[in-house]
Amino acid sequence: MSSTLHLTTTAAGATEHQPLIITLFGLFVVATLIITVWAGRQTKSAADFYAGGRQFTGFQNGLAISGDYMSAASFLGIAGAIALFGYDGFLYSIGFLVAWLVALLLVAEPLRNSGRYTMGDVLAYRMRQRPVRTAAGTSTIVVSIFYLLAQMAGAGVLVSLLLGITSDGGKVAVVALVGVLMIVYVTIGGMKGTTWVQMIKAVLLIAGALLITVLVLVKFNFNVSELLGKAAENSGQGAKFLEPGMKYGKDSTTKLDFISLGLALVLGTAGLPHILIRFYTVPTAKAARKSVNWAIGIIGAFYLMTIALGFGAAALLGRADILASNKAGNTAAPLLAQEIGGGAGSTGGAVLLAVISAVAFATILAVVAGLTLASSSSFAHDLYVNVIRKGKATEKEEVRAARWSTVVIGAVAIGLGALARDLNVAGLVALAFAVAASANLPTILYSLFWKRFTTQGALWSIYGGLISAVGLVLFSPVVSGKPTSMFKDADFYWFPLENPGLISIPLGFLLGWLGTVLSKEKADARKFAELEVRSLTGTGAH
Amino acid sequence: MTTEAAAPPPEAGGAPQAGPTAEEFTRVQDSAEFAELRRSFRSFAFPLTVAFIVWYLLYVLLCSYAADFMGTRLFGNINVGLVLGLAQFATTFLIAWLYSRHAATKLDPKALAIKSRMEAGE
Repeated sequence: MSSTLHLTTTAAGATEHQPLIITLFGLFVVATLIITVWAGRQTKSAADFYAGGRQFTGFQNGLAISGDYMSAASFLGIAGAIALFGYDGFLYSIGFLVAWLVALLLVAEPLRNSGRYTMGDVLAYRMRQRPVRTAAGTSTIVVSIFYLLAQMAGAGVLVSLLLGITSDGGKVAVVALVGVLMIVYVTIGGMKGTTWVQMIKAVLLIAGALLITVLVLVKFNFNVSELLGKAAENSGQGAKFLEPGMKYGKDSTTKLDFISLGLALVLGTAGLPHILIRFYTVPTAKAARKSVNWAIGIIGAFYLMTIALGFGAAALLGRADILASNKAGNTAAPLLAQEIGGGAGSTGGAVLLAVISAVAFATILAVVAGLTLASSSSFAHDLYVNVIRKGKATEKEEVRAARWSTVVIGAVAIGLGALARDLNVAGLVALAFAVAASANLPTILYSLFWKRFTTQGALWSIYGGLISAVGLVLFSPVVSGKPTSMFKDADFYWFPLENPGLISIPLGFLLGWLGTVLSKEKADARKFAELEVRSLTGTGAH
Repeated sequence: MTTEAAAPPPEAGGAPQAGPTAEEFTRVQDSAEFAELRRSFRSFAFPLTVAFIVWYLLYVLLCSYAADFMGTRLFGNINVGLVLGLAQFATTFLIAWLYSRHAATKLDPKALAIKSRMEAGE
């Protein structure tokens, strides 16, 4: 999660390793571009572009889901948060992992059985197509753009930190480079190319994390208790470092904020459009189940490793050094890699730092590609084809529209990312989860499981969840009124929590129910029969 | 036809095919066999979902309001909070495994039977 990707100064000695980092990253880019071109040659139909031809296995898709989900900040942000706040840093990981059970038990299989390309396919199934698809497309694009913006701005900051590029022009160039690469991946490779990029990235990330974890554990003879003890001692906080409370335990507001965040994390994942469309890349619901199981295994293992990375950084690096490099601790993992490889100035240290930095870049690139694909799919399939063209576009036109939307959305993301490069966009990812949980999840669950759910209920739930989540954040300290706000100089906040989930998620569910019971039109029982039978049995699944 | 408006469309690129009609879906939905599949799915997935969300929220609340309890040392530097946190990982893996086993043995055969019959046009 890039909630803390706000970086200030350069990692110690990063500049001297520039050539090595750039070479490794260049290798990743060349390899993924070759695969993208290869995938592009096989991408002809709409099912190819949106769903990679539905040819991936459960394992491949599980790997790709993990790649889509583990953003640079899960890696850098969580390790850094543990290094600085101890136990509280570890709380994110748990919410992020448990959330997958919602996807596994309630969403993945019915979605795979009843939809084709987008979340909107399922939401609009029983409803009046145009209004519901417009709503679904809007919330998909809002969620994805917020997420994308945080990643793009994060990329600029990360690169400035790891490569020592600090000029404004340099940061804009980095954001533009990331943007152009993601546009190329998605327009040429479609879902097939993007999926391969995710798989490669997931393997690199796991391998990188595993390497550092093993090296840390070797230092402590695999004695975790000793590692924790050293971390607590070195942090200067003593036993408190290993207990909850350092970050969220300050007062009653931070405690509520933590509950709000926890709720958004656990309910948001199964409503994230870039995750949902991954379920369409496998041939059957059974394969979708398998992919979530693999994802749970891979993501769980990865978060367990971040514990070793975070506490390892706290134990082996000085707290002052971590803070000096970056106030939010985002460089703790690269610094730890350098330390464990032999320290600054040693060849081993330089190589490990370069490897971990290149992995972090690869991570950002893969995640933005997934997000861009989700928003352009929804734009083309939900908004263009089914709303503007009323379902009368040919397949060729649809694929062309999807490619052009990718270019447009990519360009918008580059523009916003460049503008936001110096803002603290940390809150945006948590906001994306909150919007997904408030606007998307209630509608998905009601559509699949509640017979009486109507178009009005769907619209109230999507727009109500969307507007309340975005609105509350707008008036929260994330945007104004605090030194850490996006706009530090303005002050128009009155909503005390940084995460709106505690209010907006129940509201999204409530409005879906209220909109339904107050609607004049009755739900279409025959459409529900069809959706229910299809979603549970896979009859006629595409 | 390559896009879906109201009716369920055939797979892109394939020739349009006649799927089951609305009447057939309604008839299957009303059948005892489907009711059994639905019951078997819901009675497993819904309570389990409630259970893991409650268990997760309990953990979140303990972190917020019972930090001292979470800090109780069990052995070495390992405290209750750490064990409960790792227990969240463990229950996640466990529930995923339980559900998948239930789905493979109880749901998949029933779903497949209904699907094959409907697609064969019976």
